[in-house]
Amino acid sequence: MVKEIERKLPVVHMCTIVPISLTVGANRIVPTIAIPHPLGDPTRTPAEEKALRRGLVERALKALQTEITEQTVFTK
Amino acid sequence: MSFRVVHYINQFYANIGGEEKADYQPEIRDGVVGPGMALKGALGSEAEVVATVICGDSYFASNMEKASADIIEMIKKYKPDAFVAGPAFNAGRYGTACGAMCDAVSKQLGIPVVSGMYPENPGVEMYKKSAYIVQTKDNAVDMRKAVPAMAKLVLKLLRGEKLGTPAEEGYIERGVRKNKFYDKLAAERCVEMFVSKLKGEPFETEYKMPTFDRVAPQPAVKDMKNAVIALVTSGGICPKGNPDHIEASSASKYGEYDISGVMDLTSEGYCTAHGGYDATYADQDADRVLPVDVLRDMEKEGVIKKLHNKFYATVGNGTAVANAKRFGAEIVDKLVADGVTAVILTST
Repeated sequence: MVKEIERKLPVVHMCTIVPISLTVGANRIVPTIAIPHPLGDPTRTPAEEKALRRGLVERALKALQTEITEQTVFTK
Repeated sequence: MSFRVVHYINQFYANIGGEEKADYQPEIRDGVVGPGMALKGALGSEAEVVATVICGDSYFASNMEKASADIIEMIKKYKPDAFVAGPAFNAGRYGTACGAMCDAVSKQLGIPVVSGMYPENPGVEMYKKSAYIVQTKDNAVDMRKAVPAMAKLVLKLLRGEKLGTPAEEGYIERGVRKNKFYDKLAAERCVEMFVSKLKGEPFETEYKMPTFDRVAPQPAVKDMKNAVIALVTSGGICPKGNPDHIEASSASKYGEYDISGVMDLTSEGYCTAHGGYDATYADQDADRVLPVDVLRDMEKEGVIKKLHNKFYATVGNGTAVANAKRFGAEIVDKLVADGVTAVILTST
C-alpha cells in the first residue's frame, strides 16, 4: 500500500517492525512503540500517552518535510 | 548416532495461546512440541529433534536483537547439527522470526538451517539468502506436505549431499550462482531460447534478472501549515461493528470512513477488525493505532491546515500483495482528487 501511495503523494510509514517496512520499500519510516499499540502505551496515564503519541506524529510530520533520496528511518 | 536437530516454533504452534500470548518470551524445552512431532516422524531414525525453542511472535518482532541472542545461547547447549524453523506459511511476524533465527544460527553456529514459508511472507524477501526456505502454501493446511519437504532437505544437508536446483528441491531461490559445464556454447543456448520465445514455447533462463520494485521518494512537504494530511492504516481501525465486514485476515477490501467533526476515536465509536494482533488496546482507544486526536489538536493549533475528513483502513494480516497494491492505488487516487497533500500510514 505504502509504495502505491508514494507513486502520487508523499507518505510516511509509522510502524513497529521496521525491517518489514524496509523490505516492502517504504521511503520515510518512523518506528513506533509496539505492534498492538503503535501510537500508544497502555501502561502510562492517558495524558502521558497522548504526549507520547504527539511526539511520534510530530516526528512523522518532520519526516514528511525532509528531502530524502533513499529509504530513511527517522529515529528522532 | 543420529544427527541432532533444534526446532523453532511460535507461541501459537506450542499451544500456549494466540495473539494474547504473542509477547511470550523465548524458552527452550527438551524434545518435540506441536509440529515437531511431524518433523520427528519425517526425519526418521537419521536425525532427532533434541529441543524446541518457543517464542511469541510479537516478542520476537519487537526485540529482534535480544531475542535472537538469547535464543542462540539456549540452542548452543544442545549442540545441534542442524536448525529447523517453522513452517510459518504466510504469517508475517512468524516468518520474520524464523528467517532471523535461521540467519543468526547459520552465521554464529555454522550449521545447516531450513525453514518453510509462502513466497509472499515478508520473511522470504528478508532472509532467503541466509536459509533454505521450502516453498509452502499460505496456511497450515499445508503442514502435511511442508514438514516432510523440510525434513528431506535438512537430511540432505546433514548428509552433505549436493542439492539440486531450487525447483528440483522445492526451496525458494536464494540467488546463489553456480558454475556449470554445458555441451553447447552460450551463443547456441541463447539463440535456442530466443527461438523458443519467438514461437511462444516455454524456456528457462539461466540467469534471472533481479526485480527491484522500488518507488522513488516524493519531494518533501514545503508548507506544512497549509497541508491537508490524510490517515491510512493497515491496522484495521473502523467504526464499531465493522460495517464493511473487512476480514480479520486475508482482507479483500478496505473501508473509507468519514471523520468530519470526530475529535477523538473512542471505544464507543471505533474498534479494530484486525485478527493478527491482540485487539485489547486498539478497542480501548483506537487513537493508539490511528492518531486522530493528536492531528485534530495540530489542526486547531495551525501546525497543519487540515486533517482530511476521511480515513482509509484495511487489515494487513496475510493480505495478498496484489490486493494491498490495488488498495493503495485506489486510495491514493481518491486522496489526490480530494486535494490531500501528504499521508500518514500506520501499521500494527
